[in-house]
Amino acid sequence: MDFQGHVLTDDDTEEPGGNARPRLIVIGNGMAGCRAVEELLERDPTHYRVTIFGAEPHVNYNRIMLSPVLAGEKTFEQIVINDHAWYADNRIELITGDPVVAIDRAAKKVTARSGRTAHYDKLLIATGSDPFIIPVPGKNLPGVISFRDMKDVDTMLAAAAQGGDAVVIGGGLLGLEAAHGLSLRGMKVTVIHLMPTLMERQLDEAAGWLLKTELEARGQTILTGADTAEIVGETGVEGVRLKDGRLIPASLVVMAVGIRPSVALAREAGLAVGRGIHVDDHMVTSDGDILAVGECVEHDGQVYGLVAPLWDMCRALADGLVGSPSGYRGSVTSTKLKVSGIDVFSAGDFSGGGEAEDIVLRDASRGIYKRVVIRDGRIVGAVLYGDTADGNWYFDLLRKGEDISPVRDLLIFGQAFAQGGGQADPKAAVAALSDDAEICGCNGVSKGKVVATIQAGACTLDAVRSTCKASASCGSCTGLVEQLLELTLGDEYGGEREVKTLCKCTSFGHGDVRREIVAQGMKSIPEVMQRMSWSTPDGCSSCRPALNYYLLCAWPGEYVDDQQSRFVNERMHANIQKDGTYSVVPRMWGGITNPRELRAIADVVEKYDAPMVKVTGGQRLDIFGIKKEDLPAVWADLNAAGMVSGHAYGKALRTVKTCVGSEWCRFGTQDSTGLGVQIERMSWGSWMPHKFKIAVSGCPRNCAEATIKDFGVICVDSGYELHIGGNGGIKVRATDLLCKVTTEQQALDHCAAFIQLYREDAYYLERTAPWLERVGLDYLKQRIVDDEVGREALTSRFLYSQSFSQGDPWAERAAGADREQHAHLGEFRPIEMIAAEQ
Amino acid sequence: MYVGDWIDVGPLAAIPMRGSRTVPVAGGDEIALFRTGDNQVFALVNRCPHKHGPLSQGIIHGHAVSCPLHNWRISLVTGQALGEDRGCTPTIPVKVDGGRVLLCRTSTLKAAA
Repeated sequence: MDFQGHVLTDDDTEEPGGNARPRLIVIGNGMAGCRAVEELLERDPTHYRVTIFGAEPHVNYNRIMLSPVLAGEKTFEQIVINDHAWYADNRIELITGDPVVAIDRAAKKVTARSGRTAHYDKLLIATGSDPFIIPVPGKNLPGVISFRDMKDVDTMLAAAAQGGDAVVIGGGLLGLEAAHGLSLRGMKVTVIHLMPTLMERQLDEAAGWLLKTELEARGQTILTGADTAEIVGETGVEGVRLKDGRLIPASLVVMAVGIRPSVALAREAGLAVGRGIHVDDHMVTSDGDILAVGECVEHDGQVYGLVAPLWDMCRALADGLVGSPSGYRGSVTSTKLKVSGIDVFSAGDFSGGGEAEDIVLRDASRGIYKRVVIRDGRIVGAVLYGDTADGNWYFDLLRKGEDISPVRDLLIFGQAFAQGGGQADPKAAVAALSDDAEICGCNGVSKGKVVATIQAGACTLDAVRSTCKASASCGSCTGLVEQLLELTLGDEYGGEREVKTLCKCTSFGHGDVRREIVAQGMKSIPEVMQRMSWSTPDGCSSCRPALNYYLLCAWPGEYVDDQQSRFVNERMHANIQKDGTYSVVPRMWGGITNPRELRAIADVVEKYDAPMVKVTGGQRLDIFGIKKEDLPAVWADLNAAGMVSGHAYGKALRTVKTCVGSEWCRFGTQDSTGLGVQIERMSWGSWMPHKFKIAVSGCPRNCAEATIKDFGVICVDSGYELHIGGNGGIKVRATDLLCKVTTEQQALDHCAAFIQLYREDAYYLERTAPWLERVGLDYLKQRIVDDEVGREALTSRFLYSQSFSQGDPWAERAAGADREQHAHLGEFRPIEMIAAEQ
Repeated sequence: MYVGDWIDVGPLAAIPMRGSRTVPVAGGDEIALFRTGDNQVFALVNRCPHKHGPLSQGIIHGHAVSCPLHNWRISLVTGQALGEDRGCTPTIPVKVDGGRVLLCRTSTLKAAA
């Protein structure tokens, strides 16, 4: 215990006149408690006798500056707000290291841990927040700490002096600042974050991704979507085990998963408490003589974990205490991450949607992302990454609720631009740029060069891109280049793009996106959206499945499939029907089945009361009317009979249809069923731009209808004719002959090469028929038939990719994977509620 | 368990990001809970105004969902069909408190009846 200031006792009247001033006791020597006292003193320095109880053995310091202390950018002395002299000068009694443990409202008395008691006329509770400790085994081991006060910082500094590994649990503001500090102090830091992106409460996915990339570049390991199972160690921390089994060694674990208002004292005293201590607009609790302020309060349903609302709360509190109430109306908050060299700003509601409109600016080469959310002509939220210079300006417009319509077109470029010279026309702004102003940062192209290129005859965006490279890389300057085309060509510029864009979220076409994913080594959907300047925060139902496929195709075994970017059938591994039930098609290799499989199918039909079972066009059996909840059980039954998913639901290999061939048929020339089975075994499970059907016919009578398939084999006496690019459907197209081969192995190799070329070359949702017509038969013959080395490379790329894709998705689901896809969250009954998952 | 008019239907963590989960209502229409990319939760009757497709199975993008049957886009905020299509699905007030998802009881009964 540490006594500071001068000690007053209950009978200490102090006043020369003998009339005791009312006594204000403040519980909490932190930012809120002291700020409230400062505000009070400013209004009336003699109104109250003030006593402050603090749990920590320090004077009042700036808690939000602990991060710079940890990082070595500040010393403790530099973050002290009020030193001992301040307490003495203002005749404030400070009792440190002795927290109040009880409030007796009837007697108007508080009791501290040491047993000390004190009487109050007014009591102010400013207990702040407690760090939330996740209840995992090992949470009490020495070396597990939170990041809340100076003691935690001292512990971290001591651990860092020893070097070694540290784990920070929680990738929010506080956790990342702790990780940054520990990393600067020489520890090898791993951040474990439960959510898929960092700082998800402050940042949208795009900004979260940029942040993660930057932190990883600085040597931190960031594990998102990682759930802590336990902290392991005998006498101290040795590591953290995740629920997926991974063990991360650590001699220090910092838990920074969140804070909770510290309300225990108030609750025990019988005050009204929700998430925080309930206060009115004057920060008065349910007891008229007790006030509360800061992170421990709940005002109008809101609790705040940031420092800015304190200032407003403390003003309202002091106004009320001196008898001129003003009232607190809640706060709009903004956040800045205090990690040197990384600029992140977020304010207000950046969730968008509804009537909200987004203005997004991305400059990939400089790592900049800006997003301003507008509703009814007013800014309601902003997320800035990389360039936060205008954060305060946006925040100011947001708080004032100013109509931004007049500057809307230029808003995203920042205050200087939007308010500079009253240029309401973006074209005028571009026209005003000097000739040596840089337009394309990626390729270093100046305005003068772009204009010269256009004047030399490049009249379209594509022509500009291919001639001087402006806008050919990240594309973020596309708008500028278009404006230059307009300015230079006037009415001659049609503005129409030649290339059909992938969707409304981007100005790039499928081909551009595919090429750049490989060329730039892009490995995730948010990365593509950022680098290629997507105009929406998380795409749409057209581009997300396409990007998911392109990434899956480009990085086999490496890219993790995004379930939420899959259409329902591929996510559920079954075909949705008009009534919301599903149909299930088990694989039958080459269309051959046996009694065991047929019995299993018959049993499933009866057991799950399937209203219909039907033979499909591709020679398989389709079981209709299965509920999503029953799918895993149905699959388990089918698995038990040796059957796997038939992928009748996927942009994937569907079926290999066969005729009986030379084994039975009097006309058969080759073993068409045997070859069909081999082809299906080789190619099942592969994801493609669209569905893909194969057939093998044993003779030119073509009973398997191989000439309207994506890949068809027609057996002849001397070998195998390979046909490509056919389909039934709305517009029937018969195949073109690719070539003729003499052995089954050659047929298999050519089939694999063709599939891989289709996978790598076609646009998403483009079947082989329109693809063939787009690129031409000669091109395909050249790639697959003439270029032998190229063909072998395609075949081996296909087989490599297949080594990752031939796991049966049904077996995984039947064993319990993705259970949430098939179960209800809970069940709602009018009177009671049964939650299935607690 | 319920407090006042809010009914706890389960943990937020059980709804995948950009995903959806369902809650059947005894004697009424199923409710679909959506969790968007910015970590907000919305609740709608699980039925597209067009041909009654289960919206919970659609792709969620921004604050909208694309119906799995015919790709109508439905606003998760208003329940209105977006773009050229016309129609509306009832929305239900929902909130997240302490990591739990809470549905408004009265509105659920009204919407699902």
